[in-house]
Amino acid sequence: MEYRKDYFTGTQTQDLTEVGVTRQRSDVLGHVTGKTQYYADRQFAGLLHLKMVRSPHHHARIKSIDVAKALKVPGVVRILTAKDVPQNIYTILCLIQVEPNDEPVLAFDKVRFKGEQIVAVLAESEAAARDAAAKVKIVYEVLPAVFDVEEALKPGAPLVNEYHGRNYFTYEGHHCRRVRYGDVERAFAKADHVVEEMYQSSPIEHAPTETTGCIVVPDQNDRYTCYSNTQALYFTLDNTALILNSPFQKLRLVGGTVGGGFGGKVDVITEPIAFLAAMLTKRPVKYEYSREEEMQVSSPRAAERIYIKDGLMKDGRITARKVTLYVDAGAYSRHSPYGTTKAAAHMPGPYTIPNVWVDCHCVYTNRTPSSAMRGFGVTIGDFALEVQMDKLARLIGMDPMEFRILNAYRDGDMKAHQKQVEGAALVECVQAAADLARWPLCDRSKTASSLKREV
Amino acid sequence: MTKVPVEFTLNTREQNEFVETGSTLLSALRDRLGLYGTKAGCHQGTCGACTVIIDGEPHLSCLTLAERCQGKDVTTLEGLAPAGALHPLQQAFMDGFAAQCGFCTPGMILAAKCLLDRNPDPTRDEVVDAISGNICRCTGYEPIIAAILTAAQGMRKPARKRA
Ligand code: FES
Ligand code: FES
Repeated sequence: MEYRKDYFTGTQTQDLTEVGVTRQRSDVLGHVTGKTQYYADRQFAGLLHLKMVRSPHHHARIKSIDVAKALKVPGVVRILTAKDVPQNIYTILCLIQVEPNDEPVLAFDKVRFKGEQIVAVLAESEAAARDAAAKVKIVYEVLPAVFDVEEALKPGAPLVNEYHGRNYFTYEGHHCRRVRYGDVERAFAKADHVVEEMYQSSPIEHAPTETTGCIVVPDQNDRYTCYSNTQALYFTLDNTALILNSPFQKLRLVGGTVGGGFGGKVDVITEPIAFLAAMLTKRPVKYEYSREEEMQVSSPRAAERIYIKDGLMKDGRITARKVTLYVDAGAYSRHSPYGTTKAAAHMPGPYTIPNVWVDCHCVYTNRTPSSAMRGFGVTIGDFALEVQMDKLARLIGMDPMEFRILNAYRDGDMKAHQKQVEGAALVECVQAAADLARWPLCDRSKTASSLKREV
Repeated sequence: MTKVPVEFTLNTREQNEFVETGSTLLSALRDRLGLYGTKAGCHQGTCGACTVIIDGEPHLSCLTLAERCQGKDVTTLEGLAPAGALHPLQQAFMDGFAAQCGFCTPGMILAAKCLLDRNPDPTRDEVVDAISGNICRCTGYEPIIAAILTAAQGMRKPARKRA
């Protein structure tokens, strides 16, 4: 990797000595010798295995749950249902003011996505837990389900999540996260071209090589230690304490090397129920997703649908951008209300556009709840924005690199969010990319700078 | 559960165990013997994290019955190099940033070891083929392939000097 020191000369110190230098990871010796300890690399006498009974339906009312046969399977120690969970309804980001609580630890009245957890079986062996889970009898009344963000917002769509009362998250009284700047409609009327396109993505599973899981072990004095591969120890601690009505000092969380996360291990799903199981049985409990569970029920990156309408002048200036963006949160909030806010904050991309209108909807559907994944709320938006930029450049016959340089933020410009741009570097990034690709740029683009807008 | 005796060589040492019929070598290594260098990513033969060497060949320990290891020679990552020393593959993985989270690393290194044992001078394609059953979700395959080729080169050098 190369550290280009020829940009921004004189405006910053050039002392980034580590950039471009390869350094060994501090934990790599453990990785290559097999000594790195992952959460599951431990043994505990009397370990119980937890297996979940999950919903086979996308949307259904639970009429009855019968665990009598399952309890008779040899090796079964205990079976947990919603009634055993002190505060069964939670939402992961409640401590940063995401509300209301909208997700059960164990479903009881309804299931809202396929694979939702309903009954936890604890047994001496994995095989016994699996056998018993298969013998739990649940009667369902299947309900109509909705899988499309725009369908979900239509009047008469099945209501996914009663805690919200509507199929969308409410932002300070508004039905979506909004950005308003200038007057897009007036600018469209005056534009040489108006271009509207739709972009969409599917959910993406992180598929870490190590599946999600944890082991909770009773300690002395009614304290419990949880060995987890969570990426979010403190969310886990907060939420577990709230769900179990337990003081923090009873709960100890031990993290460590995570066998691949990518955002897929920031939800709080396995730990609260494993803590509860250990508290009720006074035995160590392991709750580990199978590969099927990792693929089916762990949160993916949200599917998004994005409409972009741009007003464009023949000389290459974008004068208006209107974005309507839908994030498919799936059945529950998890990190999606926050991801949708990030999506709104990211629009209209790193370009100075005088008229901007953005509506970002966080929508509930009967799909697997989505959550964090590398740059969630931003990555899919960038895909849409940059494909749109190429289309605009092609339409007016302008070079795509020059088109980006022309519209890029410059220091001092006003963003749609009413903040002045500082520390812009897109112009220089495009120049460096053009350089590497031996892509010819015109003189005007070559001498452009993020520090000021050329006249 | 019925238990059966199994005698095998594990990392050059004689090992005598009673294992449950139908249980896997993976579970014997991890749950009975506490050898956690062998990883479990899927328990169904799709990820390669549980790869071990049996009689010189790479095998998925999650699909290998423990009782079928009678008389066999089993090597796990812990047995790759004498204590305190590193196999050239381990060194190359360290130097070449070929392990990020490290979960696939034991399987990758053992699959590569089998390749280099039978083919000390592999082409890039042969390396790709040898690790085609091992999934890595973090590092990217390029640094892993490069590390294996680097290790192969390093291991050939002393041989050439002797010649
Ligand atoms: S655990 Fe054996 S192949 Fe995945
Ligand atoms: S380093 Fe994480 S799976 Fe390969």
